[in-house]
Amino acid sequence: MTTSVDQAGIVIIGGGVVGCAIFRRLAMLGLKPLLLEAGGDILSGASKGNSALLHTGFDAPADSLELACMQAGHREYLEIRDRLNLPLVESTALVVAWDDEQLAKLPGIVEKAHHNHVADVRQIDRNDLKRREPHLADHALGAVLVPGEHIIDPWSAPLAYVQQGIAHGGRVIRRCRVTDGQFDKGAWTLETTAGTIAAGIVINTSGNYGDIVETICRPSPFKVTPRKGQFVVFDKPAAKLAQAIILPVPTERTKGIVICRTAFGNLLVGPTAEDQEDRALAEVDEAMLRHLIDKGREMIPALAQQTVNAVYAGLRPATQFKDYQIEALPERRWVTVAGIRSTGLTGALGIAQHVTELHQRHFGGGTMAEPIWTPVPNICEYRPRPYQTEAGTDIVCHCEWVTRQEVTAALGGSFAAGDLGGLKRRTRCMMGRCQGFYCGAEVTRLAESAFAS
Amino acid sequence: MSGANATSMKPTSAEVVIIGSGPAGLSCARALKQAGLKDIIILEREAEAGGIPRHCGHSGYGLREFSRLMQGPDYARRLVDEVEGLDLRTRTTVLGLKPNGEVRVTDTHGPMTVAGNKVLLALGAREAPRSARLLTGARPQGIMNTGMLQQMVYLQGRKPFQRPVVIGTELVSFSTLVTLRHIGVKPVAMIEANDRITARRPGDLIARYLLGVPVLLDTKLIRILGIDRVEGIEVDRGHGVERIVCDGVILTGRFRPETALVVPSELVVDTGTRGPRIDQNMRCSDPSYFAAGNVLRGIETAGQCFREGAAAAGHILAALREPTPSSHTLIPVRTAAPLSYVYPQCIDPGLDTDRPVLFKARVTQATRGRLTVSVNGQTVWARSIDALPERRIGWQLPAGRLRGAERIDVNINEG
Repeated sequence: MTTSVDQAGIVIIGGGVVGCAIFRRLAMLGLKPLLLEAGGDILSGASKGNSALLHTGFDAPADSLELACMQAGHREYLEIRDRLNLPLVESTALVVAWDDEQLAKLPGIVEKAHHNHVADVRQIDRNDLKRREPHLADHALGAVLVPGEHIIDPWSAPLAYVQQGIAHGGRVIRRCRVTDGQFDKGAWTLETTAGTIAAGIVINTSGNYGDIVETICRPSPFKVTPRKGQFVVFDKPAAKLAQAIILPVPTERTKGIVICRTAFGNLLVGPTAEDQEDRALAEVDEAMLRHLIDKGREMIPALAQQTVNAVYAGLRPATQFKDYQIEALPERRWVTVAGIRSTGLTGALGIAQHVTELHQRHFGGGTMAEPIWTPVPNICEYRPRPYQTEAGTDIVCHCEWVTRQEVTAALGGSFAAGDLGGLKRRTRCMMGRCQGFYCGAEVTRLAESAFAS
Repeated sequence: MSGANATSMKPTSAEVVIIGSGPAGLSCARALKQAGLKDIIILEREAEAGGIPRHCGHSGYGLREFSRLMQGPDYARRLVDEVEGLDLRTRTTVLGLKPNGEVRVTDTHGPMTVAGNKVLLALGAREAPRSARLLTGARPQGIMNTGMLQQMVYLQGRKPFQRPVVIGTELVSFSTLVTLRHIGVKPVAMIEANDRITARRPGDLIARYLLGVPVLLDTKLIRILGIDRVEGIEVDRGHGVERIVCDGVILTGRFRPETALVVPSELVVDTGTRGPRIDQNMRCSDPSYFAAGNVLRGIETAGQCFREGAAAAGHILAALREPTPSSHTLIPVRTAAPLSYVYPQCIDPGLDTDRPVLFKARVTQATRGRLTVSVNGQTVWARSIDALPERRIGWQLPAGRLRGAERIDVNINEG
């Protein structure tokens, strides 16, 4: 028998946004969960490359678990965001019809939204659309207005969830990949790259590795085929070209290419939807990026004068099933949380509520504590940032106006950035138009000396 | 001093505010100082003044300006010494350019406004990063521009990789080779998509024979390999995909003006140069603002930026002497392909001085032909040219030939 280097009542495998939200809620129940993340920091996988939208669920599959979790998540996000200092850019969304065929589909979209209890969704005509979005191309014929769709910051929210979970007694181990596990006498022994860990209950939130981790417990009933989404981020002057989130009329396969502002004051065009076998390789490619830029210019001609700031690709953990794959296996003391694609950021808090209910039903325990609020620093461009408000600041990243104090704060504290990617996601440094030409040397120096200590 | 904070200790206005302390900005300050104007504020966002030469640890600077060949950092220090006594503020970031010379800045005392009777934009240029080049691949560590590499090497003494590849063959690309040699790193290869190097010979011969670095022409970078760290690149050399093992990718050149402050302001930006539009007096669309150096069009030598800074000082002094700007309507300088740009982009037809007008231009592709300037449809100047992209074309016109212009065209007739 091997000796465990660590043990916990509940182990959550995977520090994406879903794992972080579940971690938070279980910690607030006093269950002291342990979160294991294979990467150098949280959000190293699927969650680092999403489109950062807070959805209403107006177009989600009717009566699905996904819809229920999205709507519960949307609600809770609005409830807690002030206390955690999370941004909300109240943009609204417009599902724009670009031809007569699409225009004919708009009433059906409104009807579905109402069925999904998103009652304020309505169709608007061409004039109203042009008044709201004067930069849209002339062939925009009409739209469905979705007032409750908003832009959020994809990285602050999960960070806030983890920090609140830590404040409530949870623990996180990074650079800890789970490689195997045995279930014996009602408990788990997990083999990881950081040693053996004993666990009472395991929750699998491992995103693009969901089916591989699932085989520790059982033959996986689903297969993850990562769906790659590439994005083009235009520089800040482009943000004025779209107020609302510009959505296409969806097809069966994907929500299609979206144009929207980001919380950081840029304009985003994407994603693509490309299935692949590789679970880690998120490559952009020139042809597809050019395609996205062309698509963007078709919808907003003035984009032709705008410059590209950044490009990235994310991998969404798609399975052969449309709905989320969430299931408790009480005899195996295991909970599966898989197949959560692009709606995970919206759905995470709702998924956490659902998983907590499953946990309490099957394994019992836990009472909700009075919340300890752990607000995160603001990195959203639409709210005051340190360079604008604080004396004694010294700007390190000149494109995103990130101060030295913000960088050192992110490299310290109870849950410091675990790697350079984590630092960039926490502060935005090196993510602007120069991509490190000016600040890269100084930022990497600060980071390396912090990681070395 | 009730209610006063540290901010109020520093002047918040000056005759001339200079944004940027590279060769253009400091040269302008130096020339103004030599002309007896001392009421100047120089704003620099970095911790040290001097601009890009600070981290170019090789020779080639200062011969024309200071009559001796200098290393980049020595040249930067010399420029800073030249403006001693002036109000030079480092770690001071400009947040926005407002009409009539009002500049929003922030420093350790927090945000404030600094007003200049005249303001010089000497904002410099930066290389196109990986994102703007739309390069295929994941995002491993080890991809960087020369700017970041030089700062790591010369300002911090770090060695980010052992066997990188260098993408591009501009002058800065060969400067990169020198930087790498300084830390004992020999790149695997230099990669150039065209059939000749961009910089003037004998850069490639120096690379190949002196530094032992192969220069691969007609070679297109098509993919960067690696997830966490760079593991190699894929190139197309005309006969299929080849793999080159390396641990870093240095993206050199393809400089663009640093116009992050200009674009959101009310100043007009030229689509050709991507810098602020100027007239023959280096004046922007708001007559309080002037521009000089690499912000005008991307990269030129430090010496060229120095000369532009000095010229801007002359125009600024003239403007300060005549507070009412010209009432003439500016005449745009019209151009067409294969010219990618011509600046100044407009001419004030008043032209009450006899100072010749300096034009600069570039072409988009290798071009032979006749370069002509016509005024009101009449050719007033012409010359044969044999031009390559990334090479400056320059000429002067006596002011008299542009006086009274209502339409100005600059064209190349190929053949």
